[in-house]
Amino acid sequence: MNLSRHWLEAFLGRPLDSRELVDRLAMLGAPADDVVPVHAGLDDVIVGLVEEVRPHPHADRLWICLVNDGTAERRNVVCGASNVAAGHRYPFAPVGAALPSGLRIERRKLRGEPSEGMLCSARELGLGDDHEGILELEGVAAPGTRFAMTQALDDQRLVIDVTPNRPDLLGHKGVARELAASYGIPFRLPSLPGTSPSLPAIQRSGARGVTDGIQVAIEDPAGCGRFLGAVVRGVRVGPSPEWLRRRLVAVGLRPITSVVDATNYVMFELNQPLHAYDLARLRGGMIAARAARSGERVLTLDGQDRPLPAGAMVIADGSGVIGVAGVMGGKGTEVTDQTTDIFLECAWFSPPRTRATRKALGLSTEASYRFERGVDRWNAAEALRRCLEVILRVAGGTISAEPVDLWPDPGHPARIFLRRGRVTQVLGVELPMTAIEEALVAVGAPVVAKPDHDRLAVEVPGWRPDLVEEIDLVEEVARQYGYDRLPSELRPFRPGSVDDAPMILASDRVRRELAGQGLLEAVTLSLGVGEPEGAVRLMNPLSPDFSCLRRRLLPGLLREVERNWSQQVRDVRLFEIGTVFHPLPGSARPAEEVRVAAVVSGGRTPPHWTASGRAPDFDGWDLKALFGFAVALANPAAAVQVEDGGWLARRTDGTIVGRAGPLTADAPRWAGPVFGFEVTLASGPAPVLGYRPLPTTPASERDLALVVPDTIPAADVIRTVAAAAGVEREDSTVLDEYRGPGIPAGSRSLAIRLRFRSPGRTLQDREVDEAVKRIVRALERAHGITLRTA
Amino acid sequence: MPDHDNLPSLEALESRLVRVPVLDPEALEAEVVGVLGRKQGALTLLLRRLPSLPPEERRAFGASVNALKQRFEEAFGARREALAAQATEARPLRDLTMPGRSGWIGGIHPVTRVVHRVVDIFRSLGFAAVDGPEVEDEWYNFLALNFPADHPAMDLHDTMYLEEAGPPGPGGRLLLRTHTSPVQIRVMQAGPPPYRVVIPGMVYRRDPFDPSHAPAFSQIEGLAVDEGIGLVDLKATLTHFARRFFGPHTAVRFRPSFFPFTEPSAEMDVRCRICEGAGCPTCKGTGWMEILGCGMVHPRVLENVGVDSERYTGWAFGMGPGRMALNLYGVPDIRFLYEGDMRFLGQFAGTPE
Repeated sequence: MNLSRHWLEAFLGRPLDSRELVDRLAMLGAPADDVVPVHAGLDDVIVGLVEEVRPHPHADRLWICLVNDGTAERRNVVCGASNVAAGHRYPFAPVGAALPSGLRIERRKLRGEPSEGMLCSARELGLGDDHEGILELEGVAAPGTRFAMTQALDDQRLVIDVTPNRPDLLGHKGVARELAASYGIPFRLPSLPGTSPSLPAIQRSGARGVTDGIQVAIEDPAGCGRFLGAVVRGVRVGPSPEWLRRRLVAVGLRPITSVVDATNYVMFELNQPLHAYDLARLRGGMIAARAARSGERVLTLDGQDRPLPAGAMVIADGSGVIGVAGVMGGKGTEVTDQTTDIFLECAWFSPPRTRATRKALGLSTEASYRFERGVDRWNAAEALRRCLEVILRVAGGTISAEPVDLWPDPGHPARIFLRRGRVTQVLGVELPMTAIEEALVAVGAPVVAKPDHDRLAVEVPGWRPDLVEEIDLVEEVARQYGYDRLPSELRPFRPGSVDDAPMILASDRVRRELAGQGLLEAVTLSLGVGEPEGAVRLMNPLSPDFSCLRRRLLPGLLREVERNWSQQVRDVRLFEIGTVFHPLPGSARPAEEVRVAAVVSGGRTPPHWTASGRAPDFDGWDLKALFGFAVALANPAAAVQVEDGGWLARRTDGTIVGRAGPLTADAPRWAGPVFGFEVTLASGPAPVLGYRPLPTTPASERDLALVVPDTIPAADVIRTVAAAAGVEREDSTVLDEYRGPGIPAGSRSLAIRLRFRSPGRTLQDREVDEAVKRIVRALERAHGITLRTA
Repeated sequence: MPDHDNLPSLEALESRLVRVPVLDPEALEAEVVGVLGRKQGALTLLLRRLPSLPPEERRAFGASVNALKQRFEEAFGARREALAAQATEARPLRDLTMPGRSGWIGGIHPVTRVVHRVVDIFRSLGFAAVDGPEVEDEWYNFLALNFPADHPAMDLHDTMYLEEAGPPGPGGRLLLRTHTSPVQIRVMQAGPPPYRVVIPGMVYRRDPFDPSHAPAFSQIEGLAVDEGIGLVDLKATLTHFARRFFGPHTAVRFRPSFFPFTEPSAEMDVRCRICEGAGCPTCKGTGWMEILGCGMVHPRVLENVGVDSERYTGWAFGMGPGRMALNLYGVPDIRFLYEGDMRFLGQFAGTPE
């Protein structure tokens, strides 16, 4: 919503400082997004008094003026305006001044005569289209005064954020009401220039009525709760006077013609959209608010021929639909330069119906925005009278008959009870009864009764359709009392009945450990393009790039590897913890699973000068360890197994909960191989740690060099070693693998380091040698493995 | 391989390969010359005999020699590196300005860092961190939270719906949650008050992916419900949070706002960290920065989950850790947060959270 500071000042009868205004609006719940001067670029323009005018010696249509600019000197100014006259004041742009158009005034000669500045027209100042002559100023402002000051052109536009519950703030009056309460001053509707016209009284009637021979009817009272109409004859449709144009320009509207400008003015003043029809183009001497009939269409003011959705509220005359109620008028009855008589409509249309129509037509207007949020139906007569007043002032004409006010079911403004105890309970502090009552008066919801000492009955004003129950009044009390005036006290609390979610704890554990492994956490969007296997699809994606929910994390991370490559970054180590989604057979709701995934590529360590700046690339063994580490953290019940060309993590029930292996990507020549893993996070308790006694006896180590056929996996060898070694074996590690001369083809040499220890005593060499012999025999028997001799 | 008088020397040469890993630097260089030397190297000499072989043997012989040559080159290279490494290790520390050696330093994502800090502060105030599904239905995401059906308030949440084969279930259409608030509902359904929870998670809006929007982004939300909890507690707790998060002297203000699921509703601002209140482009000249939305839980929300709203009251808040990360670290474009650029993420490596 755009506000004009001047307009608010007219309501409040005092000047407002924009910075303070912004603060107060914020504290009332309508923060300003932006504050901009309405008329920019007028800082250099001053008031100039023309003291003398003589004809230009060498040109017929030019004048030489002597201009008093407030200094001791007089400026020679060549001017081509026919209306220039000695003794009058005009906006004057001296040499060096810049105009809103960007034009910079320079000293120059016109047909041989020097000119030191320019007397300006309204158009040159960005104040209108009038360029017939220069702008003659009224009043006696001293020459040299800043022009903008004398003309009240220092208005500012405040763009405020209005929350959907506050339609009243979509008009200056509503904002002024709030500000008046905040400043503790009264406010009133601004008086307008010119003589006050006399306005007719308005009598309420039922669903049908007549004004000046026009039959008016509400045929769908659910969609149109109130409908007022007035006929004004003999209007002059033309440009509006300066004051009205300025108000509209200030709130960002383009002035159109006097009648239309008047309706827009009232919309921004009272939050009541109105519409004027050309009476001469109304057919059948009737106008009705009804629901659209199937197949009906209308040509709207913007020139579009629109089919009307079923149930849309429309305005119709004897020939059919002439406007979309509450949204946009029709081209057929538009007010034009030729219009002399108008029918003025001021109505209340149902918010949900307006919203539905607006959405179906894809047509959002200032009017639909307001009707959708709710205008004040009790104020509609006042709004009509205000609009008639403005029209009579700016376009003339006469109100030819008593206006009609169809209001089949006026009902009563809502009444709500407010308990003082409830205010205390919700705010956490007891407010004096007087403070509560003052707050309610400030929002225009006076206390109408006090059934008992703790309870107030409050009548809700029509401009606050959001106030429907007690808690709404509690908020108003807090807001008017001032959130900042309420105390801020940290009080004792009980712990909640809910514990930390195991999945959050598990994620945090995995996250910290993987970062400890030198990986950087990434967060990628869980939306992507569809995968062929059938992902969960979105009904209304904004773009095909974000049309599906991801099934896996790795594809997203792999894209990030490629992104890094495209930035010439070769060393990539990323992990992500996030949700993946799968269609769940037999359920509309997809299955959600939290997973952790990682990708590594490039150098295993940062390069260092002691290794001549070289570091080996990540390989599958780095991945295997990282994967094992992640599985132990993320899904401790799963075991890592070998799968073709990679590894997987399997739980005892056979479910596969993770995979790891080399990945293929769109890699530049210089990139290293890419490896990655993905594991489902199981929300289990943290691994249990326990103390084991530290050894007190020395260990004995033996290295075995074995010739192992390629068909026998190292894991089997270690298993056999462990089984044969006996309880004294503490550990066995593969130290080396060698293929080459001295080893038969199809075999490799494995070096295995064994460590023996007995907890109670020092082992003797003889015992350890015995154990080694046992191991060698067992390996021979089980696998045909021999000791390496060469 | 056919019999040839030169072959035994090829095998003999191969057996010298196993000794390479134990050669000392001098012996290594001598062996390099002895095997690969361009004039008298053993392999060079072997290759010179190639023309004298019968044509049918030349190819196989040449291949064997080249294969062996490559293995020697690898072995020599490996030994040289090993010796160099030993030499370096043995080298006394002379120029202490030379760079030290380290492994890669990992890091936690800037948004996660913010989430962790927020969660840690609230844990110290007795809150637990909980989660919930990212796919929700209209009841959990809107209706239970007192969003009136088809009301302008819905325009604030541009929602993405799931494609569904059948008609919608009793909770309405499935959607990607637009806020973490449905988890409030799930927490309250799961057991009786008191509740003290914070809820971090991803949320979705039908927004383009541009410098200031993302279709999926992080949110964190809090809920406290018990007997005797009022707006005063809300102000105090969130002020305490702001001072722990931004610094002990942080100025805070609460101003009225609107959310369907809280009433009274408020926004909490902190003094702009850039201009300290003077007004600057970052705070749009107001001197304040919007940090979170909050309010007293609407009685209808409590009633929707069967909590007695006359007995229990509570408050809730919600904020965007992504936006806070942008502010806190001065990141100009939200897309950096949701892409895996090593150069960006690397800036958050190693430093304490």
